[in-house]
Amino acid sequence: MSGSFSWNLLADLKDMWSLAFMVNAFRAGTIAAVLAGPVGWFMVIRRQNFAGHTLAVVGFPGAAGAIWAGVSIAYGYFAFCLLGALAIAILPGSGGGSDGSAGRGDDADASAITGTVQAFVLATGMAFLAWYGGFLDSATSLLFGSFLGITTSQVTVLAAVAVMSVAGLGLIGRALLFASIDPYVARARGLPTRWLGFGFLVLLAVTVAEVGQITGALLVFALLVLPAATAQRLTARPGLGVAVSVVLAVVTVWTALFVGYYSPYPIGFWLTSVAFAGYVAAHAGGHVRDRLATRTPRRPAPAVAR
Amino acid sequence: MTRPQQSSTPGTTGQRRAALTAGPDELAGAAVAPTPRERDRSTLVASVDPGSASRVLVEVRAARAVVGGRTIWAGVDATICAGEFAAVLGPNGVGKSTLLKAILGLLPLAEGRVRVAGRAAGRANHEIGYLPQRRSIDASLRVRGLDVVRLGVDGHRWGVPVPGRRNRDAWARVRQLVDLVGAGGYAGRPIGQLSGGEQQRLLIAQALARRPGLLLLDEPLDSLDLPNQAGVAALIARIAREEDVAVIMVAHDVNPILSYLDQVIYLGPGGAVCGTPHEVITSQTLSRLYRIPIEVLTTSDGRLVVVGQPEAPAVHADRHGAGADGGGW
Repeated sequence: MSGSFSWNLLADLKDMWSLAFMVNAFRAGTIAAVLAGPVGWFMVIRRQNFAGHTLAVVGFPGAAGAIWAGVSIAYGYFAFCLLGALAIAILPGSGGGSDGSAGRGDDADASAITGTVQAFVLATGMAFLAWYGGFLDSATSLLFGSFLGITTSQVTVLAAVAVMSVAGLGLIGRALLFASIDPYVARARGLPTRWLGFGFLVLLAVTVAEVGQITGALLVFALLVLPAATAQRLTARPGLGVAVSVVLAVVTVWTALFVGYYSPYPIGFWLTSVAFAGYVAAHAGGHVRDRLATRTPRRPAPAVAR
Repeated sequence: MTRPQQSSTPGTTGQRRAALTAGPDELAGAAVAPTPRERDRSTLVASVDPGSASRVLVEVRAARAVVGGRTIWAGVDATICAGEFAAVLGPNGVGKSTLLKAILGLLPLAEGRVRVAGRAAGRANHEIGYLPQRRSIDASLRVRGLDVVRLGVDGHRWGVPVPGRRNRDAWARVRQLVDLVGAGGYAGRPIGQLSGGEQQRLLIAQALARRPGLLLLDEPLDSLDLPNQAGVAALIARIAREEDVAVIMVAHDVNPILSYLDQVIYLGPGGAVCGTPHEVITSQTLSRLYRIPIEVLTTSDGRLVVVGQPEAPAVHADRHGAGADGGGW
């Protein structure tokens, strides 16, 4: 996509938003980002990146199957990701982290199996697209993202699911943090850590399904991991970290959509590049800060901050 | 074995505190000379004022535990009151952690009974602060020590913290706890970056968050260097006295905590023995329990030292996989 760029950014935005599909792209992207911020933050804390990636890959044949069956790709994403979450929860060692282990994917055998299944699932998606006919274009946009053709009804579905998911995360947030950091103590205190883990896996599946519709199956981490990891690099406060993660995800989406509209490169490229640039900057900044902190002796007993 | 239920009057607490605030020499001496508590027992068995009687937090009677069809210990009797510091000692794989599980009500006994704060085990877990055995906190965990302590205050609640009175109260409690364990200097840093001793202090603060009557600690000195072992041991002893908390601590090595202990529960292949350090920590008893020769020596400054127990650091390394005591639950 490339509109004609002027240096008057406001006029550019106006120009972009005169197109209904761009408005939908901004809406859908913002919704996905707001959901990906907190869910990604928890995923990074729980070290369930492997589970997140598996879910994203599983979403691809879902979307391809939906195209083949002639229904909205949203349904394909949601259905397959939720089934994937169920499978991860049931199969041991596939990243579900049923208790405490939080799915570090460190069981070599299990992770090899999961890797094998990922490859097979990707191939299945390609088969769906081949049967459907329009092979190359759809494959690229499903794997690497597209902001064309997001319909208003799709935005409505995304918004409804996101509102429910954020509410669900709000309900379990504090207990989930406890269960993620200190599963044994949390369980001794009576928290249902197993159910919390499963509940989070469902939220993760829903989030991956939403984000995948914007970024494509392979670039889900641009919104799911990078803003959250950057936020954790910037602050060790949970509340602030989640907020920063959301802001970074939204900024990433908006910047990528804006630049993507005026450039010949696909949206997925810009999403990933912007998010990665933020991560690198936060890391570099953190290093500089740590160097300065070690040079000046730490003053004892700083006040307890809220 | 059983022993008389002791009572404690304000006078005895004062005595104990005096012993604590005294220098290390006097402190250590307490382990050899009859401790103030032991003296109380002989003179104050008949309680003058029933209202001031120490609260019994844990009562274990003729307990036998079976894991996987195998009796791992039997004949355990113990009574631990508020303000007492008890240690569960014994060789690897003997089921020390299992005793904590039985007290938490996570493992039903094959025989006998465990009561916590006058109720069946598992029914009074809100009275228990529990610190499980752990390897270490992931160094990359970027959550502040303060937030980890905060989880102890209200981490079991649903929802998320919202600004307001309850939130302020929770942070005030966190600040108290951090001061109590002396972690003010580093509690604001990501917990993954702290040393083992610093992490352990913060986790103890977390376990104390709900003002438990009973603190269960599973090898809190494990993987700490010697100065930190001494520091954390002194902290735990101080908390037991000052906060009037009953402490039961699983330990490998008795030496860092010996001078603070009111009671010892020794589990061994040769049986179980419970009592005051003076009664239990003798060459004869330990040799019988471990079935190898063990000597208890008294140093020139009056401290007891256990020599020859099969708990060399080399043995620690393979402990995590070791059956009933492995802590994998």
